[in-house]
Amino acid sequence: MQINNPLSGLLLLMLTALVTAGCSSTATAPVEPQAPVEAAPEVMAPVEMVEEEPSDFASDNRTAIDASGRPISRTFFFDYDKAILEPSDLAALELHAQILRRNADRSIVVEGHCDERGTREYNLALGERRAQAVSSFLLSAGVRPRQIETVSFGEERPQDPGHDSAAWQRNRRAVLNYR
Amino acid sequence: MNRDGEKERRRGVVLGMALWVLALCSPNAVASLDTIIIDKGVDQPIRIAVVPFQVEGELADQSDLSRIIAFDLARSGQFDPLAPEDMLSYPAKAENVYFRDWRILNSAYLVIGSVTAGAEGRIKIAFELYDVAAEQLILSRRLALERGQWRDAAHKISDLVYEEITGVRGAFSTKILYVLAQAVGTSRARFSLEVADADGERARTLFASSEPILSASWSPDGERVAYVSFETGRPSIVLQDIDGPYRERLTNFQGINGSPVFSPDGEQLAMVLSRGGDPEIFIMNLRDRRLRRITRHQAIDTEPSWSPDGQSLIFTSDRGGRPQIYQVALDSNFLERLTFVGDYNARGRMLPDGQHLVFVHRQNGVFHIAWQDLEQDNLRVLTETSLDESPSLAPNGAMLIYATQNQGRGILAVVSIDGRVRYRLPSSSGDVREPSWSPFLADEVVEDGI
Repeated sequence: MQINNPLSGLLLLMLTALVTAGCSSTATAPVEPQAPVEAAPEVMAPVEMVEEEPSDFASDNRTAIDASGRPISRTFFFDYDKAILEPSDLAALELHAQILRRNADRSIVVEGHCDERGTREYNLALGERRAQAVSSFLLSAGVRPRQIETVSFGEERPQDPGHDSAAWQRNRRAVLNYR
Repeated sequence: MNRDGEKERRRGVVLGMALWVLALCSPNAVASLDTIIIDKGVDQPIRIAVVPFQVEGELADQSDLSRIIAFDLARSGQFDPLAPEDMLSYPAKAENVYFRDWRILNSAYLVIGSVTAGAEGRIKIAFELYDVAAEQLILSRRLALERGQWRDAAHKISDLVYEEITGVRGAFSTKILYVLAQAVGTSRARFSLEVADADGERARTLFASSEPILSASWSPDGERVAYVSFETGRPSIVLQDIDGPYRERLTNFQGINGSPVFSPDGEQLAMVLSRGGDPEIFIMNLRDRRLRRITRHQAIDTEPSWSPDGQSLIFTSDRGGRPQIYQVALDSNFLERLTFVGDYNARGRMLPDGQHLVFVHRQNGVFHIAWQDLEQDNLRVLTETSLDESPSLAPNGAMLIYATQNQGRGILAVVSIDGRVRYRLPSSSGDVREPSWSPFLADEVVEDGI
């Protein structure tokens, strides 16, 4: 495996995340001003809550949305036999981390999945590494451990039942589900 | 867990009973695999004649003995049974056997038999095996069976004939477990654990779920199965009777609960647990349910399997950078890497002789089943299809069953350990995968005198 040292991989990811966050004004700018709002005087809290809660989830209360109401991506794809997050996914994951920090009563299940190549039990382990890559990112972004559960489905629950490289690409993924 | 063991067990039994009844009622309970397609046999298979048995009166339309026996022998790849329409005579008793009739047809062996109704609805079968060249009777047996045991009787006769001629114990009376997956990738996905005769006939469902099932393995007495079920939304290891109502969820830890494999004495279960961290190999003592940790490494350690003497485990690990097969001695923890050819070798199983290994081997990006001699380190690729996985050995070590794909659909296939014989067990519904060949089972059909 390429991630012989998960810690250093994670550090690298965090750095990338910071850089990405710094560069992409569209993804992070609308969200950031919300952080100080939480520190507002306590008397104001009920009023603030009313405004804040609907901004994190769609009407189904399960779909996490960004400040402009768009659903935040919940599926993150991986290279073959790898469990390293793509830098382009980190902005969305940071948004999920913010939502989970703001909503300490909410929790998520992170599913890890693989394509059909390789043995089934080995793929269970690989899928778990993918779920843990997402989980580790969120934990280091301040999400509480009790808010996250990971479960690997290995190659058992393909998103695309096909047997070509396009299907395999769609199946190598981690999926984040709000409970 | 062991304090509440009894209560747990009772709850398991009740739950198991309900599922068992459900399984019996399921419309899929009788869906067998399709007829076997033999792809390849040995170059010079042994010609044998299995004469249609003489069957008494009303039993005649139920018996298909000679056809089942001939087909058993044919799919071993080592025999070439004569078609009944090519036979010159149809003897059922010794006095009607004329060896010249069989010499002309180049048949090396001859099987004849007869079926009679016995007392209390029982059935008696007598059969004889002749060596044509030597003009000698070499095997003569009588079997007693219940109605409805025709297939058991036929497989038993195949076993006896095969062993007499080849010297290797026959495995035609064994069974296979496999997972049937339907509508995978949709919201209607259905997974079921099936048990069938080794030829794919008489399949029935042991457990069905909308969540994945995998890694089924037999207890050495053939009475129980351990497998992984996602029925709780995450994986757990389940222990269940093959024929009875008992069913129990053994583990449901956070993370992976996988790869359950019984020790050769049936008292322990090797498994993989990650418990939120790295996947590690554990051994559970089935008496007190205590866990013993075997590996301790940040790499992936998975797919344990026992050596035949029960003294060591082989397992897959990527601790060297790529998945390879390792062996650990259980008394000393001495660790040894077993595979060195290629960059993906996984899910190993040791042959009954303890000297050879079969496993999944990647070659030029394609997954095959390979065989390796542990002393000489030589590797032989046994299969030519792609995405081949889950090799499981027949108890006589002569053949192995594995999962592969045919026209985008998961099917089971069998290959002899020397790679010379191959056949497929197709399925007309869904994907079939995760096969597990049973040990030798207790005789369903008893011998009746000599």
